[in-house]
Order: sequence, then structure tokens, then C-alpha cells
Amino acid sequence: MILIWFIGILLAGGIACWIAARWSAPVCRWIALGATIADFVLSLALWVRSYPVNLLQQQEWLRQVNWNWFPDAGIHFHLAIDGLSLLLVVLTFFLGIVSVLASWTEIREGVGFFHLNLLWVLAGITGVFLAVDLFLFYFAWELMLIPMYFLIAIWGHERRVYAAVKFFLFTQLSGLLMLISILALYMIHHSATGVYTFEYSELIGTSMPLHTAIWVMLGFFIAFAVKLPMVPFHTWLPDAHTEASTAGSVILAGLLLKTGAYGLLRFVVPLFPAAAHWFSPIATVLAAIGIIYGAVLAFGQTDLKRLVAYTSVSHLGFVLLAIFVWNKLALEGALITIIAHGISTGALFVLVGGLQERIHTREMDRMGGLWHTIPRLSGAAMFFAMASIGLPGLGDFVGEFLILLGTYKVSVGLAVAAAIGVLASTLYGLKFIQRAFHGSNVHHWELHDLFAREVVIIAPMIVILLWLGLFPRPVLNTFVPAMQKLQEQAARQYQAYERGQP
Amino acid sequence: MTTAGLIAILPLLLLSGTAVGLMLIISIHRSHRIALGLTLLGLAAAFGSLWISAEIVPQRVTSLLMIDQYALFYFGMVIAATIAVVGLAYGYLEQQAVEKEEFYILLLTAALGAAVLAASSHFVSFFLGLEVLSISLYALNAYIYPRKTALEAGIKYLVLAAASAAFLLFGMALIYAAVGTMEFGHMAELMMESAGPNRTLLLPGLAMIITGIAFKLALVPFHMWTPDVYQGAPPPVAAFIATVSKGGMFALLLRYFYRLELHNYGPVVVVFTIIAIASMLGSNLLALLQSNVKRILAYSSIAHMGYALVAFIASGELAVQAVTFYLVAYFVTIIGAFGVVTVLSNSEEDAESLEAYRGLFWRRPALAGVMTAMLLSLTGIPVTAGFIGKFYVVAAGASSSAWALIIILVVSSVIGAFYYLRVIFALYAGAPEDRGAEAAPRMALGSSVLVVLTVLLIWLGVYPAPLLHVIRAALPG
Repeated sequence: MILIWFIGILLAGGIACWIAARWSAPVCRWIALGATIADFVLSLALWVRSYPVNLLQQQEWLRQVNWNWFPDAGIHFHLAIDGLSLLLVVLTFFLGIVSVLASWTEIREGVGFFHLNLLWVLAGITGVFLAVDLFLFYFAWELMLIPMYFLIAIWGHERRVYAAVKFFLFTQLSGLLMLISILALYMIHHSATGVYTFEYSELIGTSMPLHTAIWVMLGFFIAFAVKLPMVPFHTWLPDAHTEASTAGSVILAGLLLKTGAYGLLRFVVPLFPAAAHWFSPIATVLAAIGIIYGAVLAFGQTDLKRLVAYTSVSHLGFVLLAIFVWNKLALEGALITIIAHGISTGALFVLVGGLQERIHTREMDRMGGLWHTIPRLSGAAMFFAMASIGLPGLGDFVGEFLILLGTYKVSVGLAVAAAIGVLASTLYGLKFIQRAFHGSNVHHWELHDLFAREVVIIAPMIVILLWLGLFPRPVLNTFVPAMQKLQEQAARQYQAYERGQP
Repeated sequence: MTTAGLIAILPLLLLSGTAVGLMLIISIHRSHRIALGLTLLGLAAAFGSLWISAEIVPQRVTSLLMIDQYALFYFGMVIAATIAVVGLAYGYLEQQAVEKEEFYILLLTAALGAAVLAASSHFVSFFLGLEVLSISLYALNAYIYPRKTALEAGIKYLVLAAASAAFLLFGMALIYAAVGTMEFGHMAELMMESAGPNRTLLLPGLAMIITGIAFKLALVPFHMWTPDVYQGAPPPVAAFIATVSKGGMFALLLRYFYRLELHNYGPVVVVFTIIAIASMLGSNLLALLQSNVKRILAYSSIAHMGYALVAFIASGELAVQAVTFYLVAYFVTIIGAFGVVTVLSNSEEDAESLEAYRGLFWRRPALAGVMTAMLLSLTGIPVTAGFIGKFYVVAAGASSSAWALIIILVVSSVIGAFYYLRVIFALYAGAPEDRGAEAAPRMALGSSVLVVLTVLLIWLGVYPAPLLHVIRAALPG
């Protein structure tokens, strides 16, 4: 039942916010904050109670809810949680709190509708992480699109309409391709077993010829690769991230991209291991290209938000690489990267957003020497930039290091290419710090340093990154059982496929 | 005709009776309210009588009509949609400087024509139903006659519909010459015989009938009239043409097509495939150029007929269910969308330019919310009926491996998303501060129709199981 609460609190909170905002905007903000905090506490409680997570000996999922929806068509309202989903849900609620706080003073128009969209997009994302019925998954996948569209289109910056429409069309097209694949899988499963079902655990054993599997997998893959984003499907991302409000950027970078990674982990490889194996050379090379390309483009930007946006392309390239390398080290690294990137990039967007609120520009040329006037904000930015370029001791480093190790076992060439990407990341990280914060204060900015509210947001993020960097065991312990199960399922499927080969 | 036969066609009798009664009452005393009340009463009675008829179906009523669960289901759709249109039209007509009462007579006869189409099993009833429908629509289109655009719509519809009816008649004649019968069941038997009918006559005949049908369904390349007529006609009438008129024709098409097993008939399938592809891509591309909401909705309705055709061509076990569900979802959505247009219109002009919708959300959030829901349903986003409809259509296509059609459906629906988003964006654009006092009069009845439609839209989108159950019971296979 707790899974229903996760989503229900957000949905109800959103409506409550909308109604409350008719009388008072602060009340609306507090409701939104309360809803996200309540969910966060609930998810932490679930984590603590189910720790240490050991799925293999126990039941299939930590918690689940399974209701009939349209039983005739084999559709169930089936939510379930394992270690992987749990971590991502905790991250979702944490960044939910961050984004509510980050928009506390930024959003002044349409406050109620803003928070309605904010909480509903969080609900959609939670649904994506929890759904194990493919129909429900698609339902949630499409559902998170609309509030996100509004968040960009109404409260974004200058070119918001263009960015929002581009975002919508990219995800809509790729999502529909996934719908075709889901239905194809459903029909193939039906013709093999005579049972109509969208249930993940039943579809996972569907056997099909390799060439069919490749086509069906591609539908899923493209949907997730667009969200991730993988080069060459990334062009929506810089626009959307740059034009969205701070909260929108935090959610996009911290969570929405992660749904792509989650989909690859949860669906693409376990459902189609043979096809994924066949596809892995292409995917890993594209991932390596993305890592370097993202870093180089980030270096070329002068708009701070755009810079941070391109770093996402680079970091998520690591995740894609890890997923298609598919060994223990790489997958552990992928998970750490997913979480650490969510935190560090989220924090960078909060800081850049804060900066924009103060000086009304995101152009680096209009900055310089800000360290003199806002040392604490600059210090925090430095910290997160260092995290982002992979400074040892912080979360991103652990993730990328594990991925490089795992990749090295499979292909030295790819590992070298990815390492070059790490190198390139130092360039943009240092440029960011140098151009914006160091040097002399040529524009004579006199600004207010971090507000208490901003400190409340930033401080826990620093702590989490340090925790992930120094002692990631609890996170990995939660993830590993779920990961082993995914690996096992994929291996079993793959063996079945190999046996079928002449 | 037996008593059972009379009971079976009770809904049709009630519709005609109401139309006649209304005409008599108008000749004694003109009152918009009484006309409205009587119309709604008659429609409600006709709707209620569906359950009486359901007791004794299937029932063949002369050789012209076949009243079965399927026909009754479509009767229900036609009548319910007409009720919604009447509800919307009342407030709209109140503002117009024309005689109002005859509008309802015409609407009733048009609904009667559509219902006859849904039940027809004979070329004669096919043509009669079509003409009853069309002739009522000529007048309805031009109902607000002081407006030039309305006259243009009426004339355009008159000329083109008459031409297409001529095609249809010619096609029927050719087929009659080939097989020697006008009754669908008998025709099916003859066509299945080993010798087969004379194909040199049959094929041109089918082609002409398809032309006539495609005109009524506004499929590309027989769609030219649609944007102009939708733009000129009063919005409730546009909603009626887009739904009831097309729904009745689609019901007939499904019945005729499957009865004659035309899906095994290569050339016909090819023709429909081309028409479907052209409708999906053509309409969505043309709609990109529009900035008039009525025209956008017109192109959208063309596209949606194309989507429905995908399931229809796929003709797997899911096809009829999928098409029928799709039509229900489409009915709700299109009437809802035109409903918003209706409610926003005033005596001078209809709310058709995109400008009229700019920032609507900040002035009338409920109305903008309804419009958003309808547009999202047209896009096929979850929680709306359109999503389940699209899902069903793609599923029907997938079940018979019509991948090429599905891919085109996907691509064109993404193109479609673009212009729906433009309208949605307009709804939310503008600074929230300028909450000016709303000048437009509020239409209580129309607004409550919109509320019902929105609830229905979301209900069908979240829990379609009951409706699917009804559809499955009504439709064999």
C-alpha cells in the first residue's frame, strides 16, 4: 500500500496546492513542500525497514500492489519496488523537495498551477519507476510528459515554447515507437503461450527469433535513448534544460533522464538479452561518442545552463556504456552515476538558477570575479563542478571509476575513449569556475550571498555526494540484489536463446 | 411488419415522431424552450427505448433494416451525441438573430438518417438514410443564414454531397447489375459462389461506392469540403457532422465490409490502405498551416478517421471492437472540442481564431481545462479516452502485423501533436495578471454538457472496462 501512498500523496498534494493558491501562494508552497517531504520520509522509512535488502531469498519484490484494471486484456495496476526502484524513488522525492524549495521565490505567476504540474510530474516519474505492468508503465511514461511540457512552456525562459514543443515531439515520437514494441511483445507472447498479459515478470520469458527481437528491442531502446539522451537523439536536451525554470531543469536532469537509464536497465536488456548483445557494439560506441561529444560541447558554451546541460549528455553516456557492458562493476557504477549525477547536476542548476535570479543573465561573459561578492555560492559551485568532473572522494568519481573498470574488462578501446571524456570534463569544469567566479569583478557585482533557504538545499546535497564518494556501500547493498536478479534473468533468457540456436 | 419489428425500430419511430410533433407544435406556438424540452424528451425516450428493443433483437425489419445489438449500439451513440449537440446548440442559438426552433427538427431528422445508416442492410435503406442525413445537413450548415460563411458552407456541402451521392448511386447500380441483388446478405452469398460475379462491373461499382463513403467520412482525397464547411457551419453543427454523420457511415461501412468479406478482396484493401495513409499524413500536414481552430479541428477529424481506418483495414479479431471504441472516444472528444468553441462564441462571430483562445486559462480556467483535456485526447495522451482508443487501434494493427500502417500512424500523430500543442500553448499563454472580466455570456446548459463530456473522457481513459464489455457484447467477433 505504501506504493499507492507515494503516488497518491503527490497527486492529492498537487490538487490541494492548486486550490490553496487561489487564496494564498505561500500556503500552496508549504503544501507542496509538505507533500514531497512526507513522501521522502516514507521512502526513507521503507529503505531503512527493508535494509539489508536481500531479494534473492525472499519474495520477488520488496513491496507490491496488484489490482485488476482491465483483466480481459491482461492489464493490471501493478506497482512493485525492488532495490533499484527504491533508490530511484528516494532520489525522486529528494529532488522533489529541492525543486519546490528552488522555485520558492523564482515562480511568482500561476503559483498553484506550477506546483500542480511539479507534483504531478513527480508522480508520473514515480509511476515509471514503480510500474511492472507494461501498459501501466507506458501510461506513466506518457503522463509525465504533459506536466513537464507545461513546466517548460509556461515558466521557462526566452525560447520556452520552442524548447517545450521540441521536447514534447521528441518524447512523443519515441514513446509511440515504444508503444508499438510493447504491443508487439504482447502479441508475440500471446501467440507463444495463448495468454494476453502486460505483466513484466511473465513477458520476460518470451522467446522470439533474433531478428524479431532486434526490431522490438529497438522500439524500447529509442524511447529510452531519447530520454537518456544518447547522441544523436540529444538535441532536445540543451534547449529544454536551458529554457526551463530552475525546478524544471532540476527535474529534467535529475530525474527525467534517469527514467531512460532505468528503462534500459529494467526492460531492454532483461527482456531482449540476445538482441541487446547483438546491439551492444553500436550502443557502446554511441555512448563513447556521447561522452566525448557532450564534454567538448559543454566546453564550448558560454551560457551556464547550456553548459551544465551538455555535461548531462556526457555523464549519461557513461551510464549507457555501463548498461551495455553489463557486468557487475559497470552496473554498480551506472547506479552510482545515476544518483550522483542527479544530485550534482541538480545542485548546479539550483546554483545557476540562483545566480540568474541575482544578475538576470546566464552568460559567462557577464560574470567574472563573483567569488569576491558571493564566496559561499561560488564555493558551492566549485564543489559541485569538481564533483561533476570526477574529483575522487565525491560520488561521481566512484561511479565513473567503476564504469571504467567494468568497461576495461570488456574493451580497452572503449575504456580509453571514456577516459578521454573524463579528461575533457576537467576542461569545462575549470572553465566554468574560472570564467564565472575567478578573476576580477569587472562588472562590479554586489550580490547577496546564499540565502538560508539555499543553504538548506545545498548542504544536504554536499553531504550526499561526500557520502556516495566515501562510503557507497549502503547504496550498493540495496542495489546489488536487484541487479543480480536482472543479470540472472537476462542470462537465463540468453541461454535459452543460445540453446535454440542450431 | 410484425409487432416485434415495430418494437425493434422503436428508437427510429420515436425520433421521427419527435420531429413531426415538434413541427406541429412550432406551427401553433413558437418557443425555443419548448422546442428544446420536447427534443430532449424525444431523444431521451429514444435512448431509453434501446433497452426495450434490445429484448427482441436481432430482428430483421423488412429487407431494408437489420436491427441487432450492433445497430442498437450505434443508435445509442448517435442519440447520445445528438443530445450533447442539442445541449450545446441551445445557448448558441439563443444569441443568434434567426428562427431557432426548426434547428431541432433538422437535427432530429439528421440523427434519424444516421441511425438508419447504422441499421441498413440494403442499398435502398443505405441511400435513404444517407439522403435524409445529407438534406438535413444542407440546411443546418447554412442555418445562421445572415453570415456569408454559413451560406458558403451550405452551398459547398450541397454541391459536393449531391455529387458524391450520384457516385454512390451509380456504384450501387453497377453492383446491382453485377450481382442482381441490393440486399447485403444475399450479395455476400452470391459473391462467395465459386463462379463469382462479373468483376468488370463489380470493381468500378465498389470504387464508386467507396468514393461516396469516403466523401461522407471526409477521407483524403475526398476531404476538400471539410475545413470550409466546419469553418462556416455553426460549431454545434460542425460537431454533429464530425461525429454523428461520420459515425453512422462508419457503422455501415463496417457492416457492409465484413458482411461481404471485402477484406479478402485485394484491390479494395489496397484502396483503403492508400486512403488511410493519405488521410493520416495529408490532413496532419495541412493542419500545420492553419491558425483557425475550427479548421484545425476539421483536419484533425480527417486524421482521426484515418487512424480508425488502420484498425479497420487490419481486420483482426480486435478490429471491430477497436474501431467502435475509437469512434466512441472520438465522439466524446470532438463534441467536447467543438463544445468549447460553441461556448466561447457570441452573436457576432464564432470563436475560431487562435487569438480568441490566448490566455484563456487565466480567464476561464475550467473552460481551458476542458479544451486541454480534449486536445490531449486527440493527441492520445493517457488518462483520456483518446489514449485508450489509440492504444486499441495500434493493438489491432499489431495483431495483424500491419506494421507499415502503424508506423505511419505514429509519425502522423506526432505531426498532429505539434498543432494541438500550439492550441494548448495559446490557452496558457499571456501574463496571468490580466484577468479581465469575462464579457462572453455563460451558457449553463452548454457548460454542463462539457462537464459531462469531460468526466466521460476521463472515465473512458482510466477505466474503459465497462464500455469495452458492452462493445464486446454488442459486436460479434
